[in-house]
Amino acid sequence: MITAAFVRSLDRGGMIFLIVLAAFAFAVPFFNLAFPPGSPLHLPTYLVALFGKYVCYALLALSIDLVWGYCGILSLGHGAFFALGGYAMGMYLMRQIGARGVYANPVLPDFMVFLNWKELPFFWYGFQSFPYALLMIVLVPGVLAFVFGWFAFRSRVTGVYLSIITQAMTYALLLAFFRNDFGFGGNNGLTDFKDILGFNVQAQGTRAALFVLSCVALAAGFLLCRAIVSSKFGKVLVAIRDAESRTRFLGYRVENYKLFVWTFSACMAGVAGALYVPQVGIINPSEFAPANSIEAVIWVAVGGRGTLTGAVLGAFLVNYAKTFFTSGMLAPYWLFVLGALFVGTTLLLPRGIVGTLSHWRIARTERKTAAAAEDSVAWAVPRAAE
Amino acid sequence: MPPPDFLLRYFRKVLAGACAMICTRLTLTRWLFGLLAAYVAAAALLIAMPHARAQSLDAALAHFTEDSFDDTDQGIQAVVASGSPRASAIIQALSDGRLAYDGDKKKIYIKTDAQVLDAETGQPVTPAPDNLDTVRLNNRLRQAVAAALGGLTLMSPDRAARLSAAQAVFKSRDEKVLPVVEAALAKEADAGIKTILAQTRAAILLGSDEATEPQKVEAVAAIAARGDQDALRILNDISADAPPAVTKAAQSAIKSIQNQLALWSAVQNAWYGLSLGSVLLLAAIGLAITFGVMGVINMAHGEMVMIGAYVTFAVQEMIRAYNPGLFDYSLAIALPLAFLVSALVGILIERTVIRFLYGRPLETLLATWGISLILQQAVRSLFGPTNREVGNPSWMSGAFELGGITITYNRLWIVVFTIAVFVALLGMLRFTRLGLEVRAVTQNRAMAASMGIRTARIDALTFGLGSGIAGIAGVALSQIDNVSPNLGQGYIIDSFMVVVFGGVGNLWGTLVGALTLGIANKFLEPYAGAVLAKIAILVFIILFIQKKPRGMFALKGRAVEA
Repeated sequence: MITAAFVRSLDRGGMIFLIVLAAFAFAVPFFNLAFPPGSPLHLPTYLVALFGKYVCYALLALSIDLVWGYCGILSLGHGAFFALGGYAMGMYLMRQIGARGVYANPVLPDFMVFLNWKELPFFWYGFQSFPYALLMIVLVPGVLAFVFGWFAFRSRVTGVYLSIITQAMTYALLLAFFRNDFGFGGNNGLTDFKDILGFNVQAQGTRAALFVLSCVALAAGFLLCRAIVSSKFGKVLVAIRDAESRTRFLGYRVENYKLFVWTFSACMAGVAGALYVPQVGIINPSEFAPANSIEAVIWVAVGGRGTLTGAVLGAFLVNYAKTFFTSGMLAPYWLFVLGALFVGTTLLLPRGIVGTLSHWRIARTERKTAAAAEDSVAWAVPRAAE
Repeated sequence: MPPPDFLLRYFRKVLAGACAMICTRLTLTRWLFGLLAAYVAAAALLIAMPHARAQSLDAALAHFTEDSFDDTDQGIQAVVASGSPRASAIIQALSDGRLAYDGDKKKIYIKTDAQVLDAETGQPVTPAPDNLDTVRLNNRLRQAVAAALGGLTLMSPDRAARLSAAQAVFKSRDEKVLPVVEAALAKEADAGIKTILAQTRAAILLGSDEATEPQKVEAVAAIAARGDQDALRILNDISADAPPAVTKAAQSAIKSIQNQLALWSAVQNAWYGLSLGSVLLLAAIGLAITFGVMGVINMAHGEMVMIGAYVTFAVQEMIRAYNPGLFDYSLAIALPLAFLVSALVGILIERTVIRFLYGRPLETLLATWGISLILQQAVRSLFGPTNREVGNPSWMSGAFELGGITITYNRLWIVVFTIAVFVALLGMLRFTRLGLEVRAVTQNRAMAASMGIRTARIDALTFGLGSGIAGIAGVALSQIDNVSPNLGQGYIIDSFMVVVFGGVGNLWGTLVGALTLGIANKFLEPYAGAVLAKIAILVFIILFIQKKPRGMFALKGRAVEA
């Protein structure tokens, strides 16, 4: 039945998206591993990591689109959930370093030895176990989002106010994680990872595997979101987005709907962060910066909010543009481009790329139907007049 | 009734500050002061200490030629005791490292920029001797020099010179200057200086072995009246084997001083909080207006502040280049310019972007964020990514002490300035046509439009006004913060907090919000540290919004829901 729900939810765009994603997930590792370096068909490993990063961003964009595009909650703090998932993964990876750190302490990560700590803080317990870390990757962002949403939605904080306090949330976390005595490596964050599940994180094969995993996670996230938004539940979400009070008057418990989708979205962002960290090799407090969260929102806006494929597309396009601009001599102009993207998208392309395309298509079909109907009406009217 | 003690102390500190400033800036003035003081001090010493004449200046100076610290120390005491009119100049030269000796001829000279003077006569020596060595000092001797200088200038006819001398002597508490202090105390007419001298005498007596028990108890009382950290230090230094009456008096004095200091530190926190609150208010007030009228959070607001700060920088650069004499007026010149530039940028943004986004606050938020990125990068391209230096005009630099706390002038002026801006804005909203229309649009846009108010025009003007105020906030903030392209980013989140905490459409809400957050932050800081205090405030606001989703002073009525 669940499979049926997934299949039913897939429209043509969704199918195309999944096929493209599958091809991508296959092609990138294939060209990286099957051809030796030097071959013209070889894809450098750094590009694998880079594309893997984009895929994680795409998952984050998907989670933002779910709450913003379908439920009207503009979160300026989703980067916090992303970073918390990343920190959970980072803590697992730190514990895997074991005695191979600079100070060769079998239990304590280097930065704790450096700070002269004698034992592991309690919140680091258990992170040597991968299943526990996996649990925390979903649980920590989920619980934070649940508590935050429980308060916020119940007291009907909406619109700009909600955006501002999500921003305050991530800002507070930013300040907290910058502190050395908070126990997460302070300014430097967590880095110098060695192994994940016994595989070297730097190795070509591990990177390819992580990339494929990220693609699988993205596909799963896409299917889940698709299932949510095309269900009756999803229709209520859209109703909340368009007219919250009316939906409430119709008898729906608006805050419960919002709370569910908000928490789910935060868990997704956490997973995205967890996949991001081993591929990038570092997690530090700057991931909490409010600017990052706002940037993630613009990916969704560019691609088209309220369209899941659009969120993914937007994440890829904007991040590719960022890589393109910031890696060359155009670097000083990147902020102009990004700023212009914000302004231009909101002014000229409020539906985003995918949204505008599908809007055109729908308009064209409607025109055709309308023209056809008019024909019949034109044919019918004189008879009626008779 | 005599004026309260803290007022007296305040005026004294102000004068001392002014004097210290003159002294450090103008060596020539100091030189003249020194000479003048020397003549008078000599005259006074001749009367006060008849035995001092016994030693001649010549013999005293001979000590300096030995190149040993102990001899130099004896030399200092001997020069002071000689009562020569040259004493002050010699000690001053020693303190400045300008006193030199010729080891072969056993002669002492004073080096000036242009020539070499004979220390004994003060006459220029030609040709200038070439094999001169500077008389060296160590830390102990520097104290002795300071005390000696203090003792010499205690008799100066100039009140400020005497005051700074008295303070120097109090700091050094050298037992050797006790006779000088006592002599000066007997002659001093000024109540303020007299108090310091009495305290100095008390401090010396407390440390001395020769003072009697009643003298010491009296001294404890005199020190306790001072009531500051210095007093606490002196009282804590009283040795444990002092007579029980003395230690008992000291203990109770320490206790009362500590209570007093705790009170002052609370006052100090309140002042810091007020200062931070006024900075927040200044940054947030423009945001409150635009948010109130248009329901739009302008993410580029911080960049308007930044533009104001850069206008100040540009104005100061122009003044430095063309007319340095105007530097003290640079802020006054920058204020209207900053207002105009920021207001124009604001109106431009409103006309080209924001007006197409009315009724879509979340999109406006994103678009203005984009604008903020563009503005930041534009400023970075124009002025470079590093901090630019914006100077303080002379009337904004320095500090004074009020009771137990230090107040810097720039903070004080910013508080005053914030109050002025707030009152002006309040008056504008209350008494002008534009203000009336702004209030009408804030309360009910549709109704205001029906009454013939051109709401689009009001939007543009309000946005310009809000941005302009951000610009003049930038002028003020350039005085206390780094002027860099990131200046605005630092304030934007805090400003949001103030606005959502205070409530929309109500300037008083913004005022109360800013001051509450500022003061709460500063009172938390001593317990939690700066970062945790800030986190606590953020969490508090997040929770507060749950309770009052529209802020403390929310507008009431149906229109708000729209």
